[in-house]
Amino acid sequence: MKPEPETNDIILRTGASIMVPLILLWGLYVLIHGALGPGGGFQAGVILAAGFILYTAAFGLGETKKILTMKRVLLLASTGLLIYAGVGVLAIISGGSFLEYGVLPLGHSPAESSKYGIEMVEVGIGLTVMAIMVSIFYDIAFNGE
Amino acid sequence: MRRYLAVLSCALFWAILVYGVPDLPDLGDPDAPSHKHVVPEYIEGSYKEAGVTNIVTAILANYRGYDTLGETTVIFTAGITVMLLIRRKWK
Amino acid sequence: MIQDIIFAKYNYIIYITLMTIGFYGMIGKRNLIKKLIGMSIFQYSIFLFYISAADVSGGTAPILLKEPAVYVNPLPHVLILTAIVVAVSTLAVGLSLAIRIHREFGTLDEDKIIELS
Repeated sequence: MKPEPETNDIILRTGASIMVPLILLWGLYVLIHGALGPGGGFQAGVILAAGFILYTAAFGLGETKKILTMKRVLLLASTGLLIYAGVGVLAIISGGSFLEYGVLPLGHSPAESSKYGIEMVEVGIGLTVMAIMVSIFYDIAFNGE
Repeated sequence: MRRYLAVLSCALFWAILVYGVPDLPDLGDPDAPSHKHVVPEYIEGSYKEAGVTNIVTAILANYRGYDTLGETTVIFTAGITVMLLIRRKWK
Repeated sequence: MIQDIIFAKYNYIIYITLMTIGFYGMIGKRNLIKKLIGMSIFQYSIFLFYISAADVSGGTAPILLKEPAVYVNPLPHVLILTAIVVAVSTLAVGLSLAIRIHREFGTLDEDKIIELS
């Protein structure tokens, strides 16, 4: 049972080095664009995780763990959930009820501040989904090593 | 023996579910009950109340924000559970 | 009535057949991984059922346009959007339980596990 499926496939490596930046950029676009067009936190999180999984498939686990260590993955997942719940608590502090974005002091009208509140929540969801998908991939693909 | 029992119960399951199909609305029926209850209010209020043009995002994060918070917590918990179950090396 | 089912409600027959395949995988197979595959097929048939229930003929995607338009029902899309990601996470939990069982007993066959335990 080899823990690290190293590959020297030149087609896979060249393809991945072209594709991975585009996939990550596209994931960020979907994350930010969620309020106006098709997109949102869940989809963007899965797209970003797919970029990292392709990178791992081409360059091995060691290279990916230089960027996304296990500690950082857990930190990202908890930060995403904290952003989501924090926006809810921020709405309570601003004088509304939990997750009532209209009262947040972000825009001129309730609708506008609600839009920015939704964007922040989407970023939180995206971070959590990306980190958890990458963590599940690390654990299952490499048998807990 | 086990295989015959499984096939028999699957056939029964299929027949019971197909028996209920005539009561369901047609594919693409605009007058189906599920399109009439709260959805027109969501479509109306998506831009006025939530300020976003994507109605799915408005429902996901604004009208049903609690639900999505719960779902995110479920994903987080599932990730932690996978770690606890199969990780051998902690560092 | 048969005509009605074939021409206007054929989508439900497809989902029921998929669901029955998944159900057979869950109760008729002995291997735990095959049971999990059956559970996934079952789940995805339900997702397809919800998405087809959202359809309005002639409707466009639920993103507001400048001119008035007919939109499909956005509510099932929201429910299934979250449910797909949750289904992936719960499938991962099930697979990791299977990995743990394989480490413990060296097999994934249900009957052998019952004998060994």
